[in-house]
Amino acid sequence: MQTIKAFLVLTTLVVTTFLSKEIEKGYKVGDFADDFRLENIDGKMVSMADYKDAKGFILVFTCNTCPYSVANEDRIIALDKKYKSKGYPVIAINPNDPAVVPADDMASMKERAKEKGFSFPYLLDKEQKVYPKYGATKTPHVFVLNKEKSKYRVEYIGAIDDSSRNPNNVKEKFVEDAVEALLVGKKPEKVYTRAIGCSIKVAN
Amino acid sequence: MRIFFIVIICFTTFLSCKRQEKEETKAEIIEVTSKKENIPTVDYSGLEPYLTKNDDKIYVVNFWATWCKPCVEELPYFEAITQRYKENNVEVLLVSLDFPNQKESRLIPFVNKKKLLSKVIHFDDENEQEWIPKINNNWTGAIPATIIYNKNRRKFYERSFTEKELESELQTFLN
Repeated sequence: MQTIKAFLVLTTLVVTTFLSKEIEKGYKVGDFADDFRLENIDGKMVSMADYKDAKGFILVFTCNTCPYSVANEDRIIALDKKYKSKGYPVIAINPNDPAVVPADDMASMKERAKEKGFSFPYLLDKEQKVYPKYGATKTPHVFVLNKEKSKYRVEYIGAIDDSSRNPNNVKEKFVEDAVEALLVGKKPEKVYTRAIGCSIKVAN
Repeated sequence: MRIFFIVIICFTTFLSCKRQEKEETKAEIIEVTSKKENIPTVDYSGLEPYLTKNDDKIYVVNFWATWCKPCVEELPYFEAITQRYKENNVEVLLVSLDFPNQKESRLIPFVNKKKLLSKVIHFDDENEQEWIPKINNNWTGAIPATIIYNKNRRKFYERSFTEKELESELQTFLN
């Protein structure tokens, strides 16, 4: 009887901890993602719901300071140029805590966006509640979302392409392939890829 | 009964993942005079032998970069392991992911300035999709990341360590 009791207690614990872990781990491909409301570099608040005509989004967790993010900036700009008009705009979100990385604060974000001519919103996840919900673990980390009525289905999670450091060695453009598939009403072939990046900075 | 054990194993595994990075303690960086101008640059095929040694040592392999703040913060703890456990057959390897153009400008000056005791190698391989899962199938690709292994056992950590946490993980291999 003792064993059964212990077993039951443990099972409950395990089930609940696993459930909570599931949430911590973030979205999987196929899940519906929640909208957010975060401050943009122009001081305005931005949500996905603001984009009435969008068919979906290329959501990029990125920042000013990570060399992998910097190496991908031109590619993120190119994605927005190519797909905004087709209904899949880029929204960039900086998940880092500026108290830990001062060069990732709003003022620096504004400066960097201006220098590079970002054509998309660059939002700060000020309370650091959005990135864990999505399950972003690093910068850059991309989530391609497809709008279904007023919901946003996660269709791709991973890297922009297969060569984050060197744009001249790119053989496969994962995000482009995913969006192209969605544009013709198909599911992306590759839905998860690995992406090397900098861990998201959180205060201890 | 078997399920019961599986449940316990799951539970303990979960607990060990759950430990958070708190209570920062600074380890001293050990002073030595030798300089390290000679840091080899390897691709994955050159790195693999360092990850698959089959002798009586325990290997602590840390993936880091000079621009990675949490990596640099935990470096002293790896250095402390190098110093403290040299008699215990423990070897630390610091695998730098600094970009190729940063080796001369950042990595070598950093290693010399900090007078690192642990062995440092520079990892340069653009085929991320191949080498990330080869290093560990659960690695999402964020650094810092660490492997502790010996010929019987291997554990992968995609996280930062405090000095205590790193030491207690190492202890599980020493006992």
